Amino acid sequence: MMKEDTISERLYNGIIKENPVFIQLLGICPTLAVTTSAFNGLGMGLSATVVLALSNLLISALRKVIPDRVRMPAFIVVVASFVTIVQFLVQGFLPELYKSLGIFIPLIVVNCIILGRAESYASKHSVVLSFFDGIGMGLGFTLSLIFIGGVREILGSGAFFGFQLLPLADKASGTMGYTPISIFILAPGAFFVLALLVVIMNVVRAKQEAKGKPLSAAGNGCLSGECSGCALSATCSGKTQAVAVEATKGGESA
Amino acid sequence: MNPVVELVLIFIGASIVNNVLLSQFLGLCSFLGVSRKVETSVGMGGAVIFVITIASLVAGLLYKFVLVPTGFEYLQTIVFILVIAALVQIVEMFLKRYIPSLYRALGVFLPLITTNCAVLGVALKNVTNGYNILQGVIYGIGTGVGYLIAIVILAGIREKIEHNDIPEPLKGSGIVLITSALMSIAFFGFAGVI
Repeated sequence: MMKEDTISERLYNGIIKENPVFIQLLGICPTLAVTTSAFNGLGMGLSATVVLALSNLLISALRKVIPDRVRMPAFIVVVASFVTIVQFLVQGFLPELYKSLGIFIPLIVVNCIILGRAESYASKHSVVLSFFDGIGMGLGFTLSLIFIGGVREILGSGAFFGFQLLPLADKASGTMGYTPISIFILAPGAFFVLALLVVIMNVVRAKQEAKGKPLSAAGNGCLSGECSGCALSATCSGKTQAVAVEATKGGESA
Repeated sequence: MNPVVELVLIFIGASIVNNVLLSQFLGLCSFLGVSRKVETSVGMGGAVIFVITIASLVAGLLYKFVLVPTGFEYLQTIVFILVIAALVQIVEMFLKRYIPSLYRALGVFLPLITTNCAVLGVALKNVTNGYNILQGVIYGIGTGVGYLIAIVILAGIREKIEHNDIPEPLKGSGIVLITSALMSIAFFGFAGVI
């Protein structure tokens, strides 16, 4: 067992143990929308990593200054400022990437991974640890996006990072080769790949549990609609639970 | 083009052709989380239409009359997210005080919407698409209606398959994602309508 709260433990925690996409199933919107290729996944992941690390750093440095009652708006301002900076850097230096990521760069603001880490880690721990927590989580997010983007790119166009892995079939000249399943780079393919991922993780989870070494619990904010596990429940005034909503609704109709 | 026709096209484009959930991937958390029953999903859809409409109006006004004249357009992300968060709180308080019947129907869903990326997404898209305020509001309503359509269909399917014999690892979010993928393929049929 690794020691709690060291730099290397934070990196391991973010990349493997509590991987935001594979284990916690957070940040689903950008995960699906921008992973049409491995390169887009890398770009999105690194942009989010920069925002995560810097906002964790600043929030941790300000954690004793920010009054508890206005901490959420304060966090949002910090995150939004860094997102704006990253947005202009990408727009200026990587215009192609900016075009393909489009609106999802400014939408990093509402990515639940970032506010979640601010609330659950950076607001309680020291500056250095928070910074590396951000780096670890960001790298975990980046690797997952590259993985999903890679799967979609290979199936959808036979390439990886733009490099043609599988020679394409050509009907006109009769060349034998790979016929791309182009649906995988379109919207439905994103849902299919994520569904596959969820299934694989469920199987792994069940196996590990049978071995008596359970994985960390999934952050159940997003996919199950339960707010209890969601780090953002404070912004929800701490009272709305979709499950409770369904219970009361069911009670009313009964 | 006739301005009315243009507005109708914006509405259809936002609600069906480029469906916010199934082809733009905005607001997926609540789409997967709050779609267990048709009744709740209608409430959520209603709340989304309500908030997106008001938010796109307020964000549009702020952008045109505050950010552009002062030259602070680059602050749009920060301003929009703060406005949306504040707006949801204000709308919640207002409904609770003055229209309690509507509050009972929508109130519980309102806080869920603050972190819904569809709302911020629409406000930002209105700027990037260069819509004026009326077009922006229509785009917002269209997006909300598209959200309602998709989430109600998904909830209907989930109610139907609830007691089916689904393989163990697919239970829960797995089968919901596959259902969404199939719905997304169906919505592909609308591509090119406009």
